Amino acid sequence: MKLKLSKTTRINFLTYAVVIVAFVVFQSLSSAGALSSTLKGQLVPICAYVVMALSLNLTVGVLGELSLGHAGFVSVGAFAGAVASAALTTVIPIPALRLAVSMVIGAIFAAIAGVLIGIPVLRLRGDYLAIVTLAFGEIIKSLITNFYIGIDGEGLHFSFLSNKLSLGEGGRMILNGPMGIPGITRISTFAAGFILTMIALIVIFNLVNSRSGRAIMALRDNRIAAESVGINVTKYKMMAFVTSAALAGAAGCLFSLGQNTILPSKFDFNTSILILVFVVLGGQGRMLGSIIAAAALTILPEVLREFADYRMLVYAIVLILVMLITNNPTISGFFARLFRRQKGDET
Amino acid sequence: MLTFLNHLISGISLGSVYAIIALGYTMVYGIAKMLNFAHGDVIMVGAYVCFFMVSSFGLHPIIGILLAMVVCTLLGIVIERLAYKPLRQAPSLAVLITAIGMSYFLQNAAQLLWTSNYKMFPAFFTFGGKNGVSFFDGRLNLSWTTIVTILACLVIMVVLTLFTDKTKLGKAMRACSEDKGAAQLMGINVNTTISVTFAIGSALAAVAGVLLCSAYPTLMPTTGSMPGIKAFTAAVFGGIGSIPGALLGGILLGIIEIFAKAYISTQVSDAIVFAVLIIVLLVKPTGLLGKQIREKV
Repeated sequence: MKLKLSKTTRINFLTYAVVIVAFVVFQSLSSAGALSSTLKGQLVPICAYVVMALSLNLTVGVLGELSLGHAGFVSVGAFAGAVASAALTTVIPIPALRLAVSMVIGAIFAAIAGVLIGIPVLRLRGDYLAIVTLAFGEIIKSLITNFYIGIDGEGLHFSFLSNKLSLGEGGRMILNGPMGIPGITRISTFAAGFILTMIALIVIFNLVNSRSGRAIMALRDNRIAAESVGINVTKYKMMAFVTSAALAGAAGCLFSLGQNTILPSKFDFNTSILILVFVVLGGQGRMLGSIIAAAALTILPEVLREFADYRMLVYAIVLILVMLITNNPTISGFFARLFRRQKGDET
Repeated sequence: MLTFLNHLISGISLGSVYAIIALGYTMVYGIAKMLNFAHGDVIMVGAYVCFFMVSSFGLHPIIGILLAMVVCTLLGIVIERLAYKPLRQAPSLAVLITAIGMSYFLQNAAQLLWTSNYKMFPAFFTFGGKNGVSFFDGRLNLSWTTIVTILACLVIMVVLTLFTDKTKLGKAMRACSEDKGAAQLMGINVNTTISVTFAIGSALAAVAGVLLCSAYPTLMPTTGSMPGIKAFTAAVFGGIGSIPGALLGGILLGIIEIFAKAYISTQVSDAIVFAVLIIVLLVKPTGLLGKQIREKV
């Protein structure tokens, strides 16, 4: 029996298969104790970065708009999720369920931020859009840095700019402005990361292969032509942008609940750029590429640990060289010829 | 009233530094259509070179600044040749990532060479043992650093405007930024012109680095990144690609930042600066003095 599948379906199934195999391999290696403790500690962050890269790829690769403030959405999700988890500790005692609820809350908050930011941002084009996303990322960072949240018997208390909270009996601070959230109960697991990655993939593939997804890609390829056949620009741009923000929020929640402490300064411009690097290295619009690039580049600094002081320098050089090599016409021409010859042999 | 004036002056002074940095961004963007994220780190290199020339070798500050300009010019040309030139035909995102890689490289190289401990930048601009002049019994203070910064900014603006308007090379730069293909057909060497643009931008970065560190004397490998982002914002604010726009955007941004710090809140001053940028871009989507490009089907 020969199954006839379209090229996109085959690539999608390949992506699912790679993620599942990677999960099974790493899970069994980790339970067999074959992984070093640093790598084991990296499993949850890797999943989080993979989902962040996937979500940004939806904006950059599928929608075709450069976003330099993706860490802002991650940050909203991370803090909303971590606060929710801390507030719900007694209400939902089961960690897995609490993690799921926190992720949903993180995603909802990030989606709201996505709507608020998307309305002004998506009216702009090109580099102006990029700079405004950068600006929003910085605004989110500096707002969260000045936010204080405490909890006591009566519920959550908020305060802005300075800590003016007077908490009742048994009250405690959750979010401490620039100090972030200390003492997080780490409930994120590798399995949860795997499930989130799968959900993100399912959401993205279904969106991309739907009527809406084709509309979004038509906007990317030629906005004016797409508009002239009656595609609603704002609606489809918002759809992609908000989905991307929500997934980034869930990833942020996964990340923060896998750490002991998170600081608002963690999600700055450099983090946005880091995620963008994953997307560009993996290939715009290629989800499998984003997954591999995010995983590889998260592990790379750990592997380079033996270079100690030089590791970030090596990282920078690797980044520049990869960009130079992948965009070199001679080298890409050579590979193109090589693959064409191989295909010619097959037939 | 005098406090207001004091804030206004320090705003203009900070804005002048932003304007000089923004010039580097805006010129490179105008001609190469790329966001040169490594520009902020060239500022840092310039400041370090000047610092070591003056404090370790005991050279005169003027010579220190000139040497810093020479080093940064060479650095700018080398960066352009090695990293950006091979990517002339590549998609703009690839160039952006390379520029970011370059920025990481410069920061980490600086960290290895000069350690991440901060250095106190010496006060250069003292005349007759005084830091500045004061009026109204010391209620209005003008430091020499402020005066030199504002003057330097004005001189650079005038010289640069004359350069792009009158000289052959300047005209070549404007021609390249308008249409590279047509410029090449007219016998302009596009590659040389782009290199010259990078050289000028980097030399200005060195000046900006010294001026920035004279006003805010902690020098670290990451000193350049935040002013870099702010100056980039300033360039967009004024309309990226436009030289008077960089001046206007830089100075406005500096004033807004200082006023936000003084009258609203220190902690959220950055948020206010960026919020103003967003509002301006929503009203005028190509910046204050940017050209409106009409789209054709």
